[in-house]
Amino acid sequence: MIELVAERLPFVAAIILMMVGLYALMATGNLVKRMVGLTLFQTSVFLLFIAMGKVFGGGAPILDYKKLKADSLDPSTLYANPLPQVLILTAIVVGVATLAMGLALVVRIREAYGSIEDDAIAEADYAIELEKGV
Amino acid sequence: MFDPVFLPAAIAAHAPAILVAVPLLLSTVAAAQPSGKVGWALALTGVFVALLCAIELVFATRAEFAVVSYAMGGWQPPFGIEFRIDGLNAAILLLLSVIGLLALIFGAASVEDEIGKSKRSLFYAAFLLCFSGLSGVAITGDAFNLFVFLEISSIGTYAIIAMGWRSDRRALTASFDYLVMGTIGATFFVIGVGFLYMATGTLNMADMAVRIGELSGNRVVEVGFAFILVGIGLKAALFPLHLWLPNAYAFAPNFVTTFLAATATKVAFYVIIRFSYDVFTIDSGFVANAMTFVITPLAIAGMLIASAQALFQADTRRLLAYSSVAQVGYMLLGLGIATGAGVTAGVLHLLNHALMKGALFMALGAFAISYGVRRIDDLKGLGQAMPATSAAFTIGALSLIGVPFTVGFISKFYLVQAALGAGWWWAVAAILASSVLAVFYCYRMLVALWVSPPLSPEHRPNGHVRKAPMTILVPMWILALANLWFGIDAGPMVDLARTAAEAAINGGLAR
Repeated sequence: MIELVAERLPFVAAIILMMVGLYALMATGNLVKRMVGLTLFQTSVFLLFIAMGKVFGGGAPILDYKKLKADSLDPSTLYANPLPQVLILTAIVVGVATLAMGLALVVRIREAYGSIEDDAIAEADYAIELEKGV
Repeated sequence: MFDPVFLPAAIAAHAPAILVAVPLLLSTVAAAQPSGKVGWALALTGVFVALLCAIELVFATRAEFAVVSYAMGGWQPPFGIEFRIDGLNAAILLLLSVIGLLALIFGAASVEDEIGKSKRSLFYAAFLLCFSGLSGVAITGDAFNLFVFLEISSIGTYAIIAMGWRSDRRALTASFDYLVMGTIGATFFVIGVGFLYMATGTLNMADMAVRIGELSGNRVVEVGFAFILVGIGLKAALFPLHLWLPNAYAFAPNFVTTFLAATATKVAFYVIIRFSYDVFTIDSGFVANAMTFVITPLAIAGMLIASAQALFQADTRRLLAYSSVAQVGYMLLGLGIATGAGVTAGVLHLLNHALMKGALFMALGAFAISYGVRRIDDLKGLGQAMPATSAAFTIGALSLIGVPFTVGFISKFYLVQAALGAGWWWAVAAILASSVLAVFYCYRMLVALWVSPPLSPEHRPNGHVRKAPMTILVPMWILALANLWFGIDAGPMVDLARTAAEAAINGGLAR
């Protein structure tokens, strides 16, 4: 059992981070904290991807140019898979854009409602609904 | 490559790339424009170019199992990103650009009414981002690329939904809720893609389909499918995951609601078809079980519960939003039946639903411009004040119920036929029950419109009454008449849906 977990340590870490993120997302009523949880949740997936690209004993996937020219590359050399890292670079950009969008919305919500707490916002909206009957 | 029909050969050869790239690039230009009118013209140009390319692609994929494959940047698939169009996504692209164009014509006046002067060109830039993201999702043949396009469209969507804050500040919280849920959905999707990549070592969907076929019974692949289904289900407003939708539709600007209601969930629905029928095959017991025991019960629950919720709404757009969730249920039921007839019915309802919701939301937009209508009570007596718009609204509502000689009837007819073909009489009962609920919620609006005595002027939400301009009435009537036209001459729509279903089931990416 311990061996099983130890072999997959990065995945365990990813799962724990993911659950912490999801919990933070649901447990707090503060919109900024909610964004923190969301970002943590997204970041855990980055770890999952990076971990899957790692090959035991593999180094950085950079070929020795001189050896490549001389056609004397050792075919048994192990390299980590670079593709997941490239994908995650894209995903990080996407994540940053989402985070920026979310925080911008929080700023606007603060301006419109004077609060970033879920309860206060719901209360303010409920007051409108009572008044307008929507 | 394919034989071009009307575009010059040099452009037609790159039509898949142009379709996505032109709106995407024009959005940056639009963002820099000080004038909203220029922004609107740029948006219109982008969507029109996309429409031309989409028509070209529809012709190119008319033949049976015809596939247009475009290697992005000359990098050959499966290593480079591939844009891959068959009958299924050609239909989605056509729908997307037609609705986009009509919604933009409608939007010129509506946006002027609802969005601040300095923000209009930025608004159109965000719309173009959303549009190109959605067409990218529909066109790409690369699973990770799909995620990136999904997020591009989502970020644009969050921005344009939040722009409804001027008429109702709840648009901000609605957009924030959508952002949180949408990001969770997209992240689930990317986790699923990660699992598929772990097991197959490829991101190209066609390549993946071949390798998954060899890996039958692999648990990693099955978990990946489950993640993808949940993630995209959230975007498609699959029943228990629809919570973001009613508020987002109710508080967004009218133009945004019209566009999103007719396209956004449809594109997500396309992704579900693509993954469950093409990347995975319905012949594998795992996917078939997911369709029968997960999708079908949720679809039926959505049809009944969301329709029942729609009955109790006071806000017109929220009512139609709940009805949208119910309509997604019909489409998913078509998928759940998992036969050629079922998928045809699902895709047919997808296309038809865009026509009816487009007409309904445009009519509501016209009411909103003239009288500031938001609630059902505000509709009272408008039948006399705005008979033409009310008539278009009524056609849309009748189509939503499924009255004969409207498109709603055609798609429900095909759906019932498919359900009976599979021996699912209980599904037929659910379709009928949900239609009865639809009669009731449409009845509430139509009675207010035509029968109730008009509100006295001081009860009108808008003191000053303006005439709805032609730019709103024309696209609205095009969609309303399309509801009638394709309800009588169902041939073209059914053909489109059948080609799509055949491409999904028989063509498959593996071939």
